[in-house]
Amino acid sequence: MTAATARRVLWQIRHDPRTIAMLLVVPCLLLVLLRYVFDGRPEVFQSIGAPMCGLFPFIVMFLVTSITMLRERTTGTLERLMTLPLAKLDLLGGYAIAFGLLAAAQAVVVCLVGFGLLGLDAPHGAALVGLLAIANALLGMALGLLVSAFARTEFQAVQFMPALILPQLLLCGLFLARDAMAPLLEGLSWLLPLTYAYDALARATDPAALDSALALDVLVVAAAGFAALALGALTLRRRTA
Amino acid sequence: MRGGNEVLRSVSLGVSHGSVTGLLGPSGCGKTTLMRAIVGVQIVAGGTVTVLGMPAGASALRRRVGYMTQAPSVYGDLTVLENLRYFAAIVGAGPERLAEVLYTVGLTGHERRLTRSLSGGERARVSLASAMLAGPELLVLDEPTVGLDPVLRAELWSTFHALAADGATLLISSHVMDEAAECDALLLMRDGTLLERTTPQQLRDRTGELELGRAFLAVIEEVARSAPG
Repeated sequence: MTAATARRVLWQIRHDPRTIAMLLVVPCLLLVLLRYVFDGRPEVFQSIGAPMCGLFPFIVMFLVTSITMLRERTTGTLERLMTLPLAKLDLLGGYAIAFGLLAAAQAVVVCLVGFGLLGLDAPHGAALVGLLAIANALLGMALGLLVSAFARTEFQAVQFMPALILPQLLLCGLFLARDAMAPLLEGLSWLLPLTYAYDALARATDPAALDSALALDVLVVAAAGFAALALGALTLRRRTA
Repeated sequence: MRGGNEVLRSVSLGVSHGSVTGLLGPSGCGKTTLMRAIVGVQIVAGGTVTVLGMPAGASALRRRVGYMTQAPSVYGDLTVLENLRYFAAIVGAGPERLAEVLYTVGLTGHERRLTRSLSGGERARVSLASAMLAGPELLVLDEPTVGLDPVLRAELWSTFHALAADGATLLISSHVMDEAAECDALLLMRDGTLLERTTPQQLRDRTGELELGRAFLAVIEEVARSAPG
């Protein structure tokens, strides 16, 4: 039933070719834009663009999942599923597989463009960035699933992007090193999962030798993902008022 | 309790096997809340709901009870066939059963159409087909014929009777009194209370009204007289 759910979510996306095209093309165009914004400063493009390749899937899957799950809640299909012999784990697992695959496709295309065409450096291999991108996408999916419980309309759901994701992007170290931030903000950044996602990507795109810090980052991202998924599962109620 | 409001008060009812029971009453009288309680998706503040000998919502009941919500709960961005394939995979129904159900609701030939491009009545039938896939012993249908043309409505009612003849129990809500005549038994509801459990013939005989809509009004007046204020 997990596989059936994953297949169903992919069917839904297949009927929306424009979304698929945008999922694949928009991050690449943004990367090209970034390349020319920092035209004379390749080192800045490298320090922002390379980690960005692994952050796009996080942002996109957060948005896509929160809307898909919100629809499931508002159109009554979730209520129907809850009357059927479908375990919540099947539903969550199906979502994870479907969006994981989608994220993988996005990561492959973005990494090909970034590390292939635009000349970004991946000293430890573009594949590592791609794998981190998929892990981040699953974290984004889990967070999206969770916040869908707190939105009643799609208007509200999209607002969670600037409300929850943008602050994490600002504080994660992508635009300004965290140790250069005010102590309060730096302290806050330690509590945000995207900080660890970014840190892993920064290490993966830096020539310095990899150490256990990368593994620790990945562990934190995975733990945050599972925690969000577990909390999200609590919001899938068989009975409602 | 639904959405913080007390919806149902002192409702006590039983439905016999292999029959079509109509749950009738005006909009907002608690029909949907009662049906949600029976399929076990409603948080019940007090009282017990027993379905096929088990507490409502028990996991063993999820294959034995089919529920069709009032608004069609199917995926608009999937085709008819994809919707049914997904729900069939969940309840373990095979392709023959799927084709059979499609035929029953009159959607054969529409398999490849996107559900959101269907008319309201067609969408409702996709939802009904999904509820029928498992071949449930109890089918709880919330206003299944709303917005359907008279021909289709008549066809669906004959389908319901055929299902009951095969041993299934159907509980069907409606706010259209002329559908009451199609039911074996009637439950009349108003303002969260069950006014009467009867049959179309009993209701006509007792109230002296031939038309069931008028008979229902007579029952309401009777209740108002016996409990003033």
